[in-house]
Amino acid sequence: MSTPRTLDPPSGTRDAPRSRGGAARPRPRKLTWRRAVRRDWRLYSLVVAPLLFFAVFRYLPMVGNVIAFRRYEPGGSLFGEEWVGLHYFQMFWSDPTFWQVFTNTLILGGLTLLFTFPVPIILALLLNEVRTSSLKRFVQSVSYLPHFLSIVVVAAIITQILDANGVVNQALHAVGHAPILFLQQPGWFRQIYVSSEVWQTAGWGTILYLAALTTIDGQLYEQARIDGANRWQQTWHVTLPGIRPTMMTLLILNIGTFMAIGFEKILLLENPLTYPTADVISTYLYRVGVVSGSFSYAAAIGLFDSLIGLTLVISANYLSRRLVGASLW
Amino acid sequence: MVTISELRPGRKAPTPPTRIRIKPSRGYRVFQAVNAVILIGVVVVTLYPFVNILAQSFSSESAIRQGTVNLIPHGFNLTTYKTVMKDSMFWRNYRNTVEYTVVATLISMVLTTCYAYVLSKHQLKGRGVLIGIAVFTMFFNGGLIPNYVLVSQLGLRNTIWAIVLPNAINVFNLLVMKAFFESLPSELEEAAAVDGLTTYGILWRIVLPLSKAVIATMILFYAVSFWNSWFSAFLYMDRSELFPVTVYLRNLIAGATGAGGMNEGTSSDTALQVAANVQAVTVVLTVIPILTLYPFIQKYFVSGVMLGAVKG
Repeated sequence: MSTPRTLDPPSGTRDAPRSRGGAARPRPRKLTWRRAVRRDWRLYSLVVAPLLFFAVFRYLPMVGNVIAFRRYEPGGSLFGEEWVGLHYFQMFWSDPTFWQVFTNTLILGGLTLLFTFPVPIILALLLNEVRTSSLKRFVQSVSYLPHFLSIVVVAAIITQILDANGVVNQALHAVGHAPILFLQQPGWFRQIYVSSEVWQTAGWGTILYLAALTTIDGQLYEQARIDGANRWQQTWHVTLPGIRPTMMTLLILNIGTFMAIGFEKILLLENPLTYPTADVISTYLYRVGVVSGSFSYAAAIGLFDSLIGLTLVISANYLSRRLVGASLW
Repeated sequence: MVTISELRPGRKAPTPPTRIRIKPSRGYRVFQAVNAVILIGVVVVTLYPFVNILAQSFSSESAIRQGTVNLIPHGFNLTTYKTVMKDSMFWRNYRNTVEYTVVATLISMVLTTCYAYVLSKHQLKGRGVLIGIAVFTMFFNGGLIPNYVLVSQLGLRNTIWAIVLPNAINVFNLLVMKAFFESLPSELEEAAAVDGLTTYGILWRIVLPLSKAVIATMILFYAVSFWNSWFSAFLYMDRSELFPVTVYLRNLIAGATGAGGMNEGTSSDTALQVAANVQAVTVVLTVIPILTLYPFIQKYFVSGVMLGAVKG
């Protein structure tokens, strides 16, 4: 692939062999691959191992998705035995459990986005108003902490708190309520999931917003005040537009992970009793594929899931570029 | 500029606009107080579960059963710590965690540094393609099943490589390093090239010594993520002596949530009997290294995120 823009830069010759000595050689106008490799072979040699990683552990699995269209036998070929067309897709299309986990994914993903997206913005705005820098730093340090914990530790903490004898049930007991087995009841799973997600991500999510807030020109506030804007109006008309590019970038990234929502945490917290609300596409295909061994069927669901995810990112990015002029690419 | 109120007749001499900033209004002071209370509330909500777990870890099992343990230990004892620490499997798994983290971080750093350095060379032909290869994987991946089939077929099950290799390069970290390398002045490298250093020499003797800060940050990023990871090990390790400590902890809570039946290879029946204080002690021992380092590593993490955001 020779693109016209890769012209040979006049001074980028650090890898040219010094032993040839002469600087008078006329530089070729167009850099062909042969010349590029001869000049930069040491640089290219550095990418061999990383490229091997991408090829084997990132792109080969993408190709491996062909088992969604082929019958795969455990222990057989990586790419399956024979073509079966859309057989497995028709299978999950008529599988009521699939539609249930699909709905759960949308609901949990939507709720998570609804709460975890705005909370860091609000927290960052509040932190930004703090004039005592020691208080600000203390709140920041503490609120980042959950980000550094293993998801297993988070799940352990959740089970401890919501235990029949945990602090939440102690509080219920104090007001005369009977204990609730939160993790055994489908009606509670979404609240538990979303609130723990907020607990984990709110503090860490403020970092980029706080950085963006410092870049807003102070004169804008000055002018807004002169125009008679009160603090609330200043926030609405100066601060929020100032951090909008950051908001849009993070929103697109959030939407990109929408379909792969909280796989590990749900896997740790769910149980057969809470499947009706807790089970999502990723956990379902884990059980169908890895636990029960229906690899092709699970791969078909996984491929469908990834394609929805990709479509969501691309459309979110497109919409964001058209509507507010901020985009990832 | 003067506001309308200052022009009203019957008032004292018009105040210069700068007076406005001298004394904050009453409403603003109320807001500051409310704001401080909200933020203290955030701190309390964040720390409460930690303190609760810590209290449970020092409490007797019967006190926890009676639901009396909140923020202060009841029936204070160190027996649970002694019991957990006597469990040879716990230490075995703890050692595995350390081993996996060190090896994985080392390999990740080598691969990420090499690739990031090459990506930072703007004059390189094919650079755009190389970036595209990495960035595309952020938005589309093969998915769980093909990865599982691949790792199994490569014969990596029950080896450290099942944990290390599939997660060797994190594209976000890669972009952070690339952004940092791009910010280094190119004159230094050009001068080194004139002095006869090859690309390898420049990378090793000029670029890396200048990049100590970003390298430290990246090591922390990788180390914390490998320390915390559990799913690869859970997926690919069949024998409990190969588990990292996170899987050990997972098997404890699997009993508590009733999800234990999902994993073959582990004895979920015994996990069902695990008492809350044992679980609390395991949590405390698992997070201690992170919590001890936390005050020192936090600022590196923040700077790493910022660096990534510049050109991410």
